[in-house]
Amino acid sequence: MALLTSRNAAAGGKLLRCAAAAAIPTIRQLSSSASTITVETSVPFTGHRIDPPSRSVETTSEELMSFFRDMALMRRMEIAADSLYKAKLIRGFCHLYDGQEAVAVGMEAAITKKDCIITAYRDHCIFLGRGGTLLESFAELMGRKDGCSRGKGGSMHFYKKEGGFYGGHGIVGAQVPLGCGIALAQKYRNDENVTFALYGDGAANQGQLFEALNMSALMDLPAILVCENNHYGMGTAEWRAAKSPSYYKRGDYVPGLKVDGMDALAVKQACSFAKQYALKNGPIILEMDTYRYHGHSMSDPGSTYRTREEITGIRQERDPIERVRKLLLAHDIANEKELKDIEKEVRKEVDDAIAKAKESPMPDPSELFTNIYVKGFGSESFGADRKEVRATLP
Amino acid sequence: MALRKFGRLSLISRIGKRDFSIASTSEGLIEKADSKSINLFTAVNQALHIALETDSRSYVFGEDVSFGGVFRCTTGLAERFGKKRVFNTPLCEQGIVGFAIGLAAMGNRAIAEIQFADYIFPAFDQIVNEAAKFRYRSGNQFNCGGLTIRAPYGAVGHGGHYHSQSPEAFFCHVPGIKVVIPRSPQQAKGLLLSSIRDPNPVVFFEPKWLYRLAVEEVPEDDYMLPLSEAEVIREGSDITLVGWGAQLSVMEQACIEAEKDGISCELIDLKTLIPWDKETVVASVRKTGRLLVSHEAPITAGFGAEISASIIERCFLQLEAPVARVCGLDTPFPLVFEPFYMPTKNKRMISFPKGSVLRTKVHPHLAISPPLPAEMPPLFLPPKNKKVVGTKLGFS
Repeated sequence: MALLTSRNAAAGGKLLRCAAAAAIPTIRQLSSSASTITVETSVPFTGHRIDPPSRSVETTSEELMSFFRDMALMRRMEIAADSLYKAKLIRGFCHLYDGQEAVAVGMEAAITKKDCIITAYRDHCIFLGRGGTLLESFAELMGRKDGCSRGKGGSMHFYKKEGGFYGGHGIVGAQVPLGCGIALAQKYRNDENVTFALYGDGAANQGQLFEALNMSALMDLPAILVCENNHYGMGTAEWRAAKSPSYYKRGDYVPGLKVDGMDALAVKQACSFAKQYALKNGPIILEMDTYRYHGHSMSDPGSTYRTREEITGIRQERDPIERVRKLLLAHDIANEKELKDIEKEVRKEVDDAIAKAKESPMPDPSELFTNIYVKGFGSESFGADRKEVRATLP
Repeated sequence: MALRKFGRLSLISRIGKRDFSIASTSEGLIEKADSKSINLFTAVNQALHIALETDSRSYVFGEDVSFGGVFRCTTGLAERFGKKRVFNTPLCEQGIVGFAIGLAAMGNRAIAEIQFADYIFPAFDQIVNEAAKFRYRSGNQFNCGGLTIRAPYGAVGHGGHYHSQSPEAFFCHVPGIKVVIPRSPQQAKGLLLSSIRDPNPVVFFEPKWLYRLAVEEVPEDDYMLPLSEAEVIREGSDITLVGWGAQLSVMEQACIEAEKDGISCELIDLKTLIPWDKETVVASVRKTGRLLVSHEAPITAGFGAEISASIIERCFLQLEAPVARVCGLDTPFPLVFEPFYMPTKNKRMISFPKGSVLRTKVHPHLAISPPLPAEMPPLFLPPKNKKVVGTKLGFS
């Protein structure tokens, strides 16, 4: 998978080396897609009413490099969004994804753009994964014309139709029945695609999830419910909010799989397994054990309901980027400096995108009244005096 | 500045005029000296402390409330009253309200918090079909009168689509519940206590914009303000303005502005939307002959439409101009376009001539709505060297 960003392809190519022959690790060769590496996932998968897939994941050096780069880019984007929010350039509500990047990149690695993804409001990185650009992201965050929703959605409402990304949704859990509906359409079309409906551990307690799951199971829909369990529903720990925090088991009659969501390869393995399963048998639940470093939203410092030690501990031991970095170094695919250079590059890309996004104009005031109803059917909305828009933005 | 005197006047409301709220019909007015200058979320917090302290059968719960909630309204409650009475729920609005109805049906006071009014819709069925009709359909055998649902509503400057809506009109279409919206800290405390103790289910919307912005002197002790009684905050003779919640401060500014042009405005805070105080509004419109209603929710089918229709029914011959409505636009609540969407002071000013409310005055220079400043100056300042008059209402 590669993100559609203005990346330096030449530099990337140079860095894409692999240890094709594991026996002679000192010889570095230019990459070839045929050279596969087999890696064990950090922990075994745990299944509910299903035999879990193997721990051994096949990957390539290119894939590992793209994981590293994409996750570094996502991380950098979220950190930049944090500063932009504090500078009041981003308004509205903003939920950051840093820490959970492995879920976005691992999932993309296992599926195609014809498969659909729908998620809640923590949607920036899923959007990038689906082929969104940094400029579209930052412009949308700042409410500018070049944003992916033309500046009308903001942080919680990123969409990318051609990438099969059905977007960020504002109400906790409400996107899951929608996702199952998308899967219903896929089933009708019989086109061998699936829908991943993402929700958090907080949303896992919403009633509509169970309603949607029941219907999906009755109809054997190719719906994959992905619970991104970051262990805190807003400021409430999972065990306080859920009698059974084993979210992969909560489908009862629907099989589930618990996955280390901090390990991109494990996520990839699980998603590709789930896709095969769902196409044949119907819905399945994936619980991604992950972690968000930031608070729930920008108004939450993220430190009142958990200890700083806990966050530092996760950063040191389970960080998804560090995990891939270690793999790259261990397999001698890249050295420390090369990886540092990628991070620098990514940083510059993000800064450039922000600069560009800042130049993007605000949407035209008339946009306030567009897209409420379809044009030309006699329904129109009006401005302050009920006739026209008569104001200019600051 | 604008609403400086709201609080002082507010407490001299006519207590016990009608019996909608049995809890608030006792005692009279007393001079209150023990008051502190506090903001709206602190006033709500005080009210919740008092509610829990005075009734051991009262409970506070919702998302993240045990450590204060996103707006700090529930700070300190869990520490003081224990985790059995103040607790976090899962993110599950339908469940929260369903539980609250059940709890209330057993004779408790369930004070449920929905974190944002925008999230109340998953619980809409519970409120409309379960809570509102419980008493009616059981022939008065059961009720959930102890139920109060608190939810922050309205614009906050940069809330976007899902943290800014004003859903009050949906609930005004439901006989069996009350809808209450305070405009200031003093009002919030008194009205919330009345709502909690009212023997009917109440949906209590708190203007989130004012949580920190609105500061005024609030009596420290237990007091209640009557429900279903509107209040004339400012007397005038040319036009009646009716609103509720955060809109009042904006309307007050419009009144002051209009006064400079020789237009005398009467301003009414409706406070309770259902059952609403028609008499006060009717009496005012009969005097002024003109009415302007304002709310943040979209204009079409907003509660302003109901007020407008009722007033035309009752005051048709006294009206000198069509009723004007200055409300939110018929668009989803926008993110970057919030300044356009909002019913601002100047929109109100232009509606005076344009809506033919007052034909004699024209304000062409006010035709453009200015953007809202990023940092609003405090609207409510404590009155200087003035004793606050409070109501002391007994309860058992």
